[in-house]
Amino acid sequence: MVRLERIGKTFANGTVALDGLDMALRPGEFVSLLGPSGCGKSTALRLLAGLSEPSTGTVRWSGAPARLGFVFQEPTLMPWRTVLGNVRLPLQLIRAPGADPAARAAIARVGLAGFERSYPRQLSGGMKMRVSIARALATAPDLLLLDEPFAALDEITRLRLNDDLLALWAAARLTIAFVTHSVFESVYLSTRILVMTGRPGRIAADIPIDAPHPRDEAFRTSPAYNAHCRQVSAALKAAMA
Amino acid sequence: MKLLPPALVGIFLLAAWETLVRAADLPPYLLPGPIAIAHALIADWTSLSASLLVTLRVTFLALAAAIIGGGGLAILFAQSRWIERSLFPYAVILQVTPIVAISPLILIYVRDTTLALLICAWIVAFFPVLSNTTIGLRSADHGLVDLMRLYGAGRWQTLWRLRLPAAMPYFLAGLRIAGGLSLIGAVVAEFTAGTATAGSGLAYRILESGYRLDIPRMYAALALLSLTGILIYAALGLVSWLLLRHWHESALPTDR
Repeated sequence: MVRLERIGKTFANGTVALDGLDMALRPGEFVSLLGPSGCGKSTALRLLAGLSEPSTGTVRWSGAPARLGFVFQEPTLMPWRTVLGNVRLPLQLIRAPGADPAARAAIARVGLAGFERSYPRQLSGGMKMRVSIARALATAPDLLLLDEPFAALDEITRLRLNDDLLALWAAARLTIAFVTHSVFESVYLSTRILVMTGRPGRIAADIPIDAPHPRDEAFRTSPAYNAHCRQVSAALKAAMA
Repeated sequence: MKLLPPALVGIFLLAAWETLVRAADLPPYLLPGPIAIAHALIADWTSLSASLLVTLRVTFLALAAAIIGGGGLAILFAQSRWIERSLFPYAVILQVTPIVAISPLILIYVRDTTLALLICAWIVAFFPVLSNTTIGLRSADHGLVDLMRLYGAGRWQTLWRLRLPAAMPYFLAGLRIAGGLSLIGAVVAEFTAGTATAGSGLAYRILESGYRLDIPRMYAALALLSLTGILIYAALGLVSWLLLRHWHESALPTDR
């Protein structure tokens, strides 16, 4: 679907965030970018989204660039718009016809039907993140990019949202690139994990997680899950050394 | 309930004032009591209310010009750092030069007195709108700026859908300051224009009463000015609350 080739990214202040990063996303994959904070995972995601240009190397799309959805670390909602208004925003920006029903459908898909007229301040952290996901889904993207979306949420909410994200991924045949620093989260969600080294960032290990989907609580407590976690942890430790 | 404590303080102060005047038997040309001032206000209501309308007209025109001028300049500044760097110092110069010092010049150059007063009041009032709105337009959430870029929003869409709403609380705070300042600017300019002009705003009434040693009337005009200032502030506060009540922390009830 998309391939990052020999990517280097140096910021204006001289920080080398990425150097020689190679990675590819295939349609239908759920790929996690895992690494220590400051390793350039978010930078790689921003390059994919076109929010930032690589200093060297190329971002190569097979065919036309995919329609994108982006979920930020924070819910990043407009406080002056209602839930419906926030989800409708991308549709308004790309001037899509039928913005209203599409936005309502996206809200229903994340389980927030009935909250259309609420303002973000009236919602809990987990619900705000759901609105953010609904907004990213509203334009029916092919590729969904998530930048540590659940890092600020409590454990219970995070597990629930992990399951919901997997359901959305399966139902919509999305391709997902998911940035996280949690080994457990990445193993539970992904079909493939890219472990990154820090400063400058590049891919240190490419680990497929071949457990079948749908995954649930049984998988989370299984020996296979445990083994994967141990393997990924070891790769992460090696990458950070 | 919120109005009770300040109202009690006000009543107490007025009562103390009246008592002092009566106890010391002060003549009204030195210090009139509140009751004498109220009498003057009622007796001279015809001329005072006419003057109030004159001052209010200049005040509101100046405030409208401050909103258009300050807001418009802020939007221009938000387009490029270079425009802001080139022009902002001159806005500061206009702001820091005392209006009493330039109003005589403006009154010489501008024939139409109302227009001259308007310019003076505008110079005082536009800066808080300008500086607040400029900061507001810059303080849009960076994540939301990224989001706008992700969906290919242009400069004007970003301005309209993101920067202007994000700047609204800042703009409204600036507007509340500008409301009081445009009244002050109008009155200061009227003072400079003085008796030489046909303009007969409240400042002119204060000067006139001073020449005639009609001190209760002077206080009555002064009280009218203060009340007007308070009402403008309260009205703009209400506008601010109406616009922000759904989403901005400043307009939300504090107890949850």
